[in-house]
Amino acid sequence: MVEAPDGIEGQGFFATSLDTVIGMARANSLWPLPFATSCCGIEFMATMGSNYDLARFGAERMSFSPRQADLLMVMGTIAKKMGPILKQVYEQMAEPKWVIAVGACASSGGIFDTYSVLQGIDKIIPVDVYVPGCPPRPEQIIDGVMRIQDLARSESLRRRSSEEYKQLLASYNIE
Amino acid sequence: MALNNEFLLEKLQAQFGAAILGSEQVSDYLNVEIDAAKNAEILRFLRSDAELNFMYLTDLCGVHMPDQTNRELGVVYHLHNLEENYRFRLKAWLPILDPSIETASDIWAGANWMERETFDFYGVIFKNHPNLKRILNVDHMEFFPLRKEFPLEDTTREDKDDRFFGR
Amino acid sequence: MKDMQEQSIFGEEHVIQDERQLNTLNLGPTHPSTHGVFQNVLQMDGEIIVSSEPTIGYIHRAFEKLAERRPYYQVTPITDRLNYCSSPINNIGWHMTVEKLLQVQTPKRVDYMRVIIMELARIADHLVCNMVLGVDSGALTGFTYMFQERERIYDMYEEICGARLTTNIGRIGGFERDFTPGFRKKLEEFLAGFPKRFDEFDALLTRNRIFMDRIIGVGPISAERAVSYSFAGPNLRAAGVDYDVRVMNPYSSYQDFDFMVPIGTAGDTFDRFSVRQSEIRESLKIITQAYNNLPEGNFFADCPEFYLPKKQDVYNSMEALIWHFKIVMGEVDMPPGEIYHAVEGANGELGYYLISDGGRQPYRLHFRRPCFIYYQAYGEMIKGQMLSDAIMTMSSMNVIAGELDA
Repeated sequence: MVEAPDGIEGQGFFATSLDTVIGMARANSLWPLPFATSCCGIEFMATMGSNYDLARFGAERMSFSPRQADLLMVMGTIAKKMGPILKQVYEQMAEPKWVIAVGACASSGGIFDTYSVLQGIDKIIPVDVYVPGCPPRPEQIIDGVMRIQDLARSESLRRRSSEEYKQLLASYNIE
Repeated sequence: MALNNEFLLEKLQAQFGAAILGSEQVSDYLNVEIDAAKNAEILRFLRSDAELNFMYLTDLCGVHMPDQTNRELGVVYHLHNLEENYRFRLKAWLPILDPSIETASDIWAGANWMERETFDFYGVIFKNHPNLKRILNVDHMEFFPLRKEFPLEDTTREDKDDRFFGR
Repeated sequence: MKDMQEQSIFGEEHVIQDERQLNTLNLGPTHPSTHGVFQNVLQMDGEIIVSSEPTIGYIHRAFEKLAERRPYYQVTPITDRLNYCSSPINNIGWHMTVEKLLQVQTPKRVDYMRVIIMELARIADHLVCNMVLGVDSGALTGFTYMFQERERIYDMYEEICGARLTTNIGRIGGFERDFTPGFRKKLEEFLAGFPKRFDEFDALLTRNRIFMDRIIGVGPISAERAVSYSFAGPNLRAAGVDYDVRVMNPYSSYQDFDFMVPIGTAGDTFDRFSVRQSEIRESLKIITQAYNNLPEGNFFADCPEFYLPKKQDVYNSMEALIWHFKIVMGEVDMPPGEIYHAVEGANGELGYYLISDGGRQPYRLHFRRPCFIYYQAYGEMIKGQMLSDAIMTMSSMNVIAGELDA
């Protein structure tokens, strides 16, 4: 159950700010896109399983189509061959979208400091939350999702069309 | 007659003579070194001869030994006869300036990708291979990464300072 | 429509009528049912697949080059990430390769302990493959229930080495600690409760009319083609060839155990599924035998130059700390040599080809990865089948991307 936000209550009505309500709705129904490439993907399967159950947090419906997803969970090593595909998937997602880099390989390349591995996905797409670990325990992945929920809950409705956000995307060469 | 090291070497030397350059027992495997120009015939013989019958190609990989002049790149075949449970290793050495050797993919279908991987990593050209292009690395890569002269890391990366990584 | 009736989906030649255009469909690299990232571009005539072109390498992490840079102990975490669903098998296989190079003989107790851990890993891997085969055909319940078993196996790994998935288990020469009372309790509970729960999962799928119709006759391969493609493991045994490294070249005292090697006949998806189900039961038998007959002795071999000292000593005594540092950083002399050692991984013969020149790092380390080798045959297996059959074939082959690309 989610706590109701602060507001003015009365018989048959409840008044609060639009930001709060929309934030609450977004945070509690994030549809993730599990971009699972390697070992962290198996820990994600454990997180989705009945023991750790990510579905409690509103992430019931895994969307494998980027057009219908809010949260891009990049789990596993991204090689340089895979980079353009990740960027294409990110660009296909509609605003507002969040990115969580699960695992050491997605955050910074991990133990694979080699010629073929991208040293962190923040080289090609903007990342909101990093979850370190190799692989991170399901509790850590859930913690990461909860941080995304905090971000979603407190985000201003105007952020995605603001100048600052546009500059952020331009720095990654994303239109 | 049971398939063992002596029997195998006898048969190979009887059939191919000079193309068998040497043999050595290393740990529990017999290493047989062959002339790279004759590798297709030797492999075909090993596969189709009724007494040898090596129906299973366990592995095909490459090695780079930069100190051996004119024999820097090696192709190593591990063969296994499942019925007699006998394994041995076959090696062919190639000069680095012209590393080409006949393909084994028409003898064992599994050699196809194993040869592509050896080409990708070492630059060994397999003649008459149906589709010899890079398999694991990006297609436009210009060098052959597992050769000893190339570094492990991507040297153009800026976020990792080599001083702190002991390099 | 008359033309469709003339075609068989059992791999016979598909006849394309004149004036029909072929459809190109891109399957992957990101797709819900490709378990891992690999791409297949399919040429299709309606629903029937005419040809396919695979592309792999989307998770190439350069393990072989990385191993040339790392001392022998530091290579173990890399081997974890090959077939990450059953990492203890990879770790123990690597340690056995190094022991072969060093000519270190492990005591019987170590062998039996290793067998227990490897068979647990095999059960975990086969469970994932079969659960996910169910999920791909729409049966999500099996996944929910059987993943709990994997969690129990993870708990057991944690008792020994502290990690769940990428275990880095064991040492050169044995294990870091003996089986703790916690591990024994968990193993006994597992052995007592798992067979019944597994029977429920089996009953859900094996004689299920829908599941059987979906996978019988799908993705077949003959025994000759499988041997020519160097298949190994359950995929090869489903085609009818009884090649199991544990039986042919026994390692780690496997010859002491009494177990069957299940074989299929048609080499299709149903046979692969059934072979894995049977192998889970055989693994349970092996674990029970090993656990009931666990010999007395040390849990490590007597090779102090390569076996890391006990953690209590490392934290309290200077010599042990220095030894630990020297061994991990590779300051110990390794003999030169050339070794090929194979273990029966969950997917087949996992081989390590190691060339050592006497230095602190391997000169050349090549992994003989079964997934990489048998995935070549995928195009041949799905030719003439429908798209949904192609998905089921891919799931049943248990292609793990880490092992495919390395």
